[in-house]
Amino acid sequence: MNPSLDAVLVLVVLLNFFTLGSSRVSAVIRATGTQGVLLAALPFLVHEPLSTHVVLAGLGTLAVKGIALPWLLMRAMRDVTIRREVEPLIGFTTSLLLGGAGTGLALLFSGGLPLAPEHAESRLVPAAFATVFTGFLVLTTRRKAITQIVGYLILENGIFLFGLLLLDALPVMVELGVLLDLLVGVFVMGIVLHHIQRTFSTIDTARFSTLKE
Amino acid sequence: MNTWLLIAAIGLAATSGVPALCAGPSKRWGRSLATAMQVVAATCGAAAAVLVLAGQSMPPLRVAISPLVPAMTFALDVLSAWFLLPVCVLCACASVFDLGWRAGGTRVPVFLGVLAASLMALLAAQDGIAFLVTWEAMALAAFFLVATDHHEREVRDAAWLYLATTHASTLLLVAWVGTMAWSTGSFAFTTLDPTVPAAARDGLFLLALGGFGIKAGIVPFHFWLPAAHASAPSHVSAVMSGVLIKMGIYGLARLLWLVPTPPQWWGVTLLALGCVSAFTGVAFAIAQHDLKRLLAYHSIENIGIILLGLGLAALGRATDRAELFALGLAGALLHTWNHGLFKGLLFLAAGATIHAARTRVIDRLGGLGRKMPQTAACFLIGAVAICGLPPLNGFVSELLTYLGLFSALSADGATAPLAAIAITVLAAVGAMALLCFVKVFGVVYLGAPRGSVDPAADDGGPALRAPMFVLAGACAGLGIAPFCVVPALQTVIDDWPALSDAAGGLAALAPATWISVAALALLLGLAVMLRALRLRRDPAQAARPTWDCGYVRNAPSIQYTAASFAQQFVDASRRLLLPRTHRPDLDALFPGPRRFESHVPDVVLDRLLLPALRGVAAGCNALRLLQRGRVQIYVLYVFLTLLVLLLLR
Repeated sequence: MNPSLDAVLVLVVLLNFFTLGSSRVSAVIRATGTQGVLLAALPFLVHEPLSTHVVLAGLGTLAVKGIALPWLLMRAMRDVTIRREVEPLIGFTTSLLLGGAGTGLALLFSGGLPLAPEHAESRLVPAAFATVFTGFLVLTTRRKAITQIVGYLILENGIFLFGLLLLDALPVMVELGVLLDLLVGVFVMGIVLHHIQRTFSTIDTARFSTLKE
Repeated sequence: MNTWLLIAAIGLAATSGVPALCAGPSKRWGRSLATAMQVVAATCGAAAAVLVLAGQSMPPLRVAISPLVPAMTFALDVLSAWFLLPVCVLCACASVFDLGWRAGGTRVPVFLGVLAASLMALLAAQDGIAFLVTWEAMALAAFFLVATDHHEREVRDAAWLYLATTHASTLLLVAWVGTMAWSTGSFAFTTLDPTVPAAARDGLFLLALGGFGIKAGIVPFHFWLPAAHASAPSHVSAVMSGVLIKMGIYGLARLLWLVPTPPQWWGVTLLALGCVSAFTGVAFAIAQHDLKRLLAYHSIENIGIILLGLGLAALGRATDRAELFALGLAGALLHTWNHGLFKGLLFLAAGATIHAARTRVIDRLGGLGRKMPQTAACFLIGAVAICGLPPLNGFVSELLTYLGLFSALSADGATAPLAAIAITVLAAVGAMALLCFVKVFGVVYLGAPRGSVDPAADDGGPALRAPMFVLAGACAGLGIAPFCVVPALQTVIDDWPALSDAAGGLAALAPATWISVAALALLLGLAVMLRALRLRRDPAQAARPTWDCGYVRNAPSIQYTAASFAQQFVDASRRLLLPRTHRPDLDALFPGPRRFESHVPDVVLDRLLLPALRGVAAGCNALRLLQRGRVQIYVLYVFLTLLVLLLLR
């Protein structure tokens, strides 16, 4: 049991709730950035003896998730001059309730997973599940393309939490490659967002249904 | 030697389209060279087949294309050599006919070559993998040939229908080959061990009946056949009807060869399906207004007659009666040749007629016998042959089947009553075919030309006529001298393990020499009669129109049409044919112009299959509720799937 690790994980989960309940896009992006900074701290807490691997993973996460991505998203939001509100498909209260239910389910699921004995007690797994669920919730219930990107980021944060269990097993190059992928992905999505805005003068994804046939 | 001949035949046929492609559609030399290659390929193939039938064995040829697939084996045995001969003859004839074809292009020569090569390779295939690969090549080549005039909607519909059904057939055959490989332990075509469980053998039979039945056009799997044969160019229809659908018969015969002692119900099923196909085919043929659709329905009829023979052969194997087996198999095999020859002849003659008159609706043709006498004579020879009348070849094979059926009357159990029914059906079918061809020949070639016939219609060039003469000659030759093929038939029959009561061979069972004598006597009698008629004719007598009972406003349009000639028959059998007629109501004493229409849609396709498939399509439309077109919903599906998987664990 690692009290500081648990504290960080609780903060991560609280930030999940904050993204679900917040109505301002900039606040949501900042919350995701904060989550990224907290995630960057986790490798140091999980793996006590410091190694270059751990340091590289932590610093890479901080650079990409904590700094680069929020900055990119804030810039994209400024460029496309959208209204600064989240515009959910369901209400904030319902989102929060669903988020709570998801976190409960996450605790339930992680109890039954066939984990390695040293990870069985860890709170990382339920926190990872809860973050993945939150990511899905943001993806399915928010209209704007930019909040969709945020949803993918939260989803990725959840996967990163899960990946922490495997930090020893994964080569550092793979880890950095994943981070680079994410950076490039968000970069491309930012450009796509810009073009969507220019072509259709809206980034409301609920209206993009003419390609259905 | 014969292996090299076969390789040369397949190679030349497969590449025969290349010169046509290189030269382009406008140059004539490309198509001529393609035809020359096809004819040489056919000669090589026929030579290989004859050598094998004469007793030379062929060493198997192993082709390994990839380490993932077992090596494919190709060799001709006597059964496949028997089926190979008509393939060579008809492909060469169709290729020559193509030279005289107006709407040329390179499509037909290219795919005709591929079709010929794949047919030869299919017959030479000695294992399941090779069989499936060549089967699919054959089906696809035929699809491109059917879709030659793809700018017409009707042709596209027919081609798609053909493609869908042929793939259903391939699917069943994949299962067939799989079942066989599972029960024998290898893909090679070897005689099935008697220890194979009965369920597996019966499964093999049912799968083959479906897969080969679709290709052969056995009722109720015939629905693709009329549309495809009517839509393809006539010489392609000749190949398809003459040899392509026979590959279904070849498959069934091959199954009988793999399972030499089948259960009795196989033979009973084949006999029953043969009766149904023969009767339904000819009944629908009588009701058709489209010359090529009519011929296509006759293919279904003839497949039925072949099945009667094959069913008899299976019964003979099951009940250990050699004369049933020999006569039934000989009838089926010979009818396969004969049908290929006379149906090829009929399709080519119909093609030349359509080529000259530019329509295939029978009611718009008429009086063409004067304009194209040679084509009309060839059509007449084909018509007499298909009706099973002496002295032509259709008579010989039907006689063999009759003889087999009569000798089955003395069998015990269910065989005898079934044979009695089959004899009745065969006789009725012969009479109905005669009715049908009297109708076609009378309406198309006799009488006065109807308004829409092109006045410049003529027999066409030698490329159109020569293949017809070859086929007509073959029909007459086989009809007059059937004893020439009896040794070859005997070789094929002897390829099966002998039954306990050896019946002394086909030569003792079938009176081949007497058929020749009777045919010659008949020809002599006909010649004497014609000579006597000619001598009695007064040379001073001028030609006059037929006495029209004093009616003053005579016109070609009041001749018998295809519909009115067949009306009595169609009305009498409307329970089977379900004709659709649109009658105008004549209410006033002097009604104005009115329109009358009648047509006979295919019962299986138009009344059963299409409504059922429309229902399935409507059901599938309900699934489109899932397709919302919104990203969020799709992500939700992913999420729900994940949740369900986690809950199920």
